Amino acid sequence: MTEPLIFELSSPGRCAAVLPALDVPASELPAGLVREDLPLPEVSELDLVRHYTHLSQMNYAVDVGYYPLGSCTMKYNPKINEDLCRLPGFARLHPYQDEELVQGALFVMYFLQEFLKEIGGFAAVSLQPAAGAHGELTGVLMMRAYQLDRGEAQRNVILVPDSAHGTNPATTTMSGLDVIEIPSDERGNVDLRALGTACQEHGERLVGMMLTNPNTLGLFDEHVQEITDLVHEHGGLMYGDGANMNALLGIARPGDLGFDVLHYNLHKTFSTPHGGGGPGSGPVGASERLADFLPAPIVTRDPVRTDGDEVFYTFTDPPKSIGRVKSFYGQFGVMARAYTYIRMLGAAGLRRVAEYAVLNANYLMSRIKETYPVPYDRVCMHEFVCEGHFSDAPDVHALDISKRLIDYGFHPPTNYFPLIVPEALMIEPTETESKETLDRFADALLRIAEEARDDSDLLHEAPHRAPVRRLDEVQAAKELILRWEPS
Amino acid sequence: MKIDANARYAESHEWARWDGDEIVCGISDHAQESLSDVVYVELPEVGDVCDRNDSFGVVESVKAASDLYMPMGGEVTAVNEELEEAPELINQEPYDAGWIIRFTPSEPAEFDDLMDAEAYEAFLAEEEE
Repeated sequence: MTEPLIFELSSPGRCAAVLPALDVPASELPAGLVREDLPLPEVSELDLVRHYTHLSQMNYAVDVGYYPLGSCTMKYNPKINEDLCRLPGFARLHPYQDEELVQGALFVMYFLQEFLKEIGGFAAVSLQPAAGAHGELTGVLMMRAYQLDRGEAQRNVILVPDSAHGTNPATTTMSGLDVIEIPSDERGNVDLRALGTACQEHGERLVGMMLTNPNTLGLFDEHVQEITDLVHEHGGLMYGDGANMNALLGIARPGDLGFDVLHYNLHKTFSTPHGGGGPGSGPVGASERLADFLPAPIVTRDPVRTDGDEVFYTFTDPPKSIGRVKSFYGQFGVMARAYTYIRMLGAAGLRRVAEYAVLNANYLMSRIKETYPVPYDRVCMHEFVCEGHFSDAPDVHALDISKRLIDYGFHPPTNYFPLIVPEALMIEPTETESKETLDRFADALLRIAEEARDDSDLLHEAPHRAPVRRLDEVQAAKELILRWEPS
Repeated sequence: MKIDANARYAESHEWARWDGDEIVCGISDHAQESLSDVVYVELPEVGDVCDRNDSFGVVESVKAASDLYMPMGGEVTAVNEELEEAPELINQEPYDAGWIIRFTPSEPAEFDDLMDAEAYEAFLAEEEE
């Protein structure tokens, strides 16, 4: 790393801030509150600006280049989203302001709820959860609350397919419930027979099932209707992991497929900066029977204070709400961006998002699958998973291919996930990339496969052209150094 | 890839071997190779009683975290504390210094339900396809 830490740039007495002259009598902090040992960096304004500019130049972002990180939907984030969420009427609100003074913000939240209801096919939406996994926890707690409300306290099992995002079993465990893993069949779907057996065996204890559709293999489950019917027959509820909603926009609605609750990743599907670039937001949509359990508050029209066309929006608590899951009202800045994105595209535009995302993924898959085997060779949805190893270069692994892609100027795909595919490379092109970009990426992957055979050390030592070379992941995992200490 | 001829194997790739009245248990060479560099092992407590197929710990590598499953039911009598400092022993000597737990089996006959070396080799070949 060529850039020192800001602490290493420190020189006593330098300061990047100029405070205005004191216009009140000086007052010393109480002696007990003064620390002598706080090593805050002391740098000039210019040092500070250069330091962070250097770091930003080393950063890789979707504004810099192609970012096919599977399951993360690293699409382009239109800049108009940024303009609108920074309008003073949004950016300078205080959460304690009276409802009369924030009607514009409540309008945006109300209509975002309405749009998400329509897109997902749900009866109600709460915008509270602050990220995808937070939405999962919210949804599973709602499912559990529903079962308790029906007097079914013995229900404490959630079914999770072996292709699931790792957050699904983690959420189940966090909710105090037991996970039963369901295997996949030879076409990458949930194994219906295994699901039937699990429902028979655990039916009385079934809270429900968590399912991502399309799943993490990028495949639309061919039996999704049978799955939701089966779980419902045994008194369970269906949780939808909406991480892959980008494939479905305007084409299929999870509510229509039998899902009872689903989280949306506003930061993925609805284009707000994420992955170190901004906060997430994981609103939850619910079917009729779960709507009363949504986290509080949600935005509704207030019939009393509405005067003719002059609608008054207000915060309401659903009657059986599981309560608050976030302080104040959720990630409002992200909501304003997502609202803008939906309004800019409109219904027809959102459908095109899904169509182009699926087309791009299939185009890319068809260009590389002769070289990078695809374990479930079907038409994919918005992403696909291939295997990053070659029989004639056995010492080259998915990790080496990923690192070598950095030298070609691309962000590597997600690797070693899902766990059911050996040496997995999970590639999600998104709809915002041109054919030229997809071709450059495919060419790079094919070239890397040749390099693997001709000169595998080139891959083992990659990246060669990055701010840092190959990092020692084993040492990083075993010897955690979480704090800089002066030498 | 090595397969210890004296051990028996579970489909989840744990091995079990008699040592006196106790069973010594670890993960196979194939398992450690698929996981790659092991960086952390979560061990059970001595005295824990587990059924067959219960999860008794976790092996974490740079790629993934995987549950460990009991090849037979029993009571844990010892855990390999050296793994706390040196989890790489599982990669280096999966059948010897990289053992994970010892336990007294509740149903010694369950040993016969596990695959012998030959059956495990065939199982791996089939999985590879």
